Amino acid sequence: MNLTLLIWTIVKILIVIGFVFNVAALLTWVDRRQSSMIQDRIGPNRAVLKLGKFELRVAGLLHTAADGVKFFFKEDFMPPNADKLLFSLAPILAMTPVLALLAVIPFGDTLCIGDFGKIVPRFGVCDGTQGHGAWAMDLMVAPLNVGLLYVFALAGQGIVGAAIAGWSSDNKFSLMGALRAASQMVSYEVAMGLSLIGAMMIYGTIRLDDMVRWQGDYAWGIFVQPLAFLLFFTAAVAENKRIPFDLPEAESELVSGYFTEYSGMKFGMFYFAEYMEVCTSSMLLVTIFLGGWQLPFLHRDGLTIAFGETVLVHAPMAHWGVALLGVVAFFGKTLVMCSFQAFVRWSLPRFRYDQLMKLGWRVLLPAALANIFVTGLVWVGIDKVGVELSSGLKIAGDVTQAGVAIAITFGVVRLIIGMAGKREHRYSTAGTSAKFAEKLGGSKETPMQA
Amino acid sequence: MSVTFPKKPASATNAVVAEHPVNTLYIKSTFPEIFRGLGVSMKHFFDNTKEMLKGTRPDPVLERYDEGITCISYPEQKRPYPERFRGIHRLTQREDTSPRCVACLCCSTACPAQCIFIEPGEYPPGDARRGYERFPVKFVIDELRCIFCGYCVEACPCDAIRMDTGRHATPYDSRDQFVYGKDLLLNFPGRDGSHETANPRHEPGDPGHPGLDREHAH
Repeated sequence: MNLTLLIWTIVKILIVIGFVFNVAALLTWVDRRQSSMIQDRIGPNRAVLKLGKFELRVAGLLHTAADGVKFFFKEDFMPPNADKLLFSLAPILAMTPVLALLAVIPFGDTLCIGDFGKIVPRFGVCDGTQGHGAWAMDLMVAPLNVGLLYVFALAGQGIVGAAIAGWSSDNKFSLMGALRAASQMVSYEVAMGLSLIGAMMIYGTIRLDDMVRWQGDYAWGIFVQPLAFLLFFTAAVAENKRIPFDLPEAESELVSGYFTEYSGMKFGMFYFAEYMEVCTSSMLLVTIFLGGWQLPFLHRDGLTIAFGETVLVHAPMAHWGVALLGVVAFFGKTLVMCSFQAFVRWSLPRFRYDQLMKLGWRVLLPAALANIFVTGLVWVGIDKVGVELSSGLKIAGDVTQAGVAIAITFGVVRLIIGMAGKREHRYSTAGTSAKFAEKLGGSKETPMQA
Repeated sequence: MSVTFPKKPASATNAVVAEHPVNTLYIKSTFPEIFRGLGVSMKHFFDNTKEMLKGTRPDPVLERYDEGITCISYPEQKRPYPERFRGIHRLTQREDTSPRCVACLCCSTACPAQCIFIEPGEYPPGDARRGYERFPVKFVIDELRCIFCGYCVEACPCDAIRMDTGRHATPYDSRDQFVYGKDLLLNFPGRDGSHETANPRHEPGDPGHPGLDREHAH
């Protein structure tokens, strides 16, 4: 039993780490290609793998591989007066907390081992006592009951890596970047923590998987705590040190901030940690506010479309199907959030440093406190009114679920319709250059793979 | 007693005073504009991704004023040079494929970069062209020195040197490869594919020719 558990834990670690590593590598490509599409460019597509006559380009994905190769083969330069130990330690300190954070993120519903073919009840345990499952397995690496506290604790460690990197580099730019990073991350840590207090109050737990379960039973966190979602998203982007909050590495002012002196794989680790942070913060957002592995109306026993007590559709599904859908939903939502963060990055300009601090302390922090206060008031109010409201709230929750389902459907349909549409282009032969091109039958489309 | 200066008349320039943006509540509330910006990004992203996937992106030359990705993937895809582009020189030919050049040295004199070297030669005695004109034994252009000003073309009285090949200087790996000789220059065709020019040329013995030259003057 213990050996099985160990093996399963290793499998779970591999799944999560594998996902995050691959998504982080993919995000470097997404950042490049998505930005190019946003800015009407083609983007990098030149990295090529030549196998005889066959050329493999896969839409520029090989640039990621080329990056990796380059990181490994570059000179690992260290400034002569740098603190040798700390200089080498910093990239590790930047990367480790991001990976350790993944331990408490649930990426799927609790599995009933031995019950995959059957339909499991919506509520209840599957430890074999009620005739369901031999034992239950949480789809998270470490089912800690301190969940969110662990997340806060590790998210705070990111500062240490940045600060030590800047300090040990023996470079003024690095030091300034490190100071900026430290003060920025400390400031936003506060708003980030406080913005989640409201969510904790409503969910009544700090275990992340219980939070997701609550969201499946009632409504997604983004409907219950819309302001907290906005605050947490802002704070998370600031914690990741991404545009519009990338002041610690502001390249127009500080070369590249706290990792100016880093090269080779040490720089690669900072670079990679940033993209992994994007991925983990997306995972946290999905877990706390976007229903984690939950899909609208999909519960442990199958699809149940119900508003309050009135059940419209009930289609039971086998356990393996529900579990698989849940895992796919979680990773899918994470990818969408990652892509959204890239959109934010390529749309918004960088803040000034005083604006950043002003936003953190004078907007986000009071807003988070107000959110806690209002949440508490509403909570007490609902408690006072009592039972009459609860059925109404349940229906309201189901309406939000229906809203999410409709929104997803609309989005997919809109995407398909948009793909089918064609944009008319204006033809212009002004100028002799265009006339020559017209004579040649237009400029040839590239034979490259995008 | 206060002195009032006469008001200056409005400036005759067409300068427009830029309006300073008013910091309205709409702008101060930040989020509407953020979402509008995100919307613009997403519109561009989805439109361009669709066109890249379907291969219907606008032609970078003929539809260059349009929305969408109008980048040119350079070596595979080229924008033709405009008609008056000054490219690599060529020496035009006569109908019998000999150079039109009469080695008058006008081009090398006009050249501000002094990149043209011509060694003139006389036709053998008895040749109809002897005394009437000379021919270039050597005609060398150093394309690295050339500044592509086009003065040689302007100076040429015989339309013998032109820059209408439509090709740019080719990169080589050593300097002497940039020194183009007579045969190479004669081999470049013009943009229309011909080695000659549209301008007519008088040969000795033409009926319209006055019959005067250096050896049979007056």
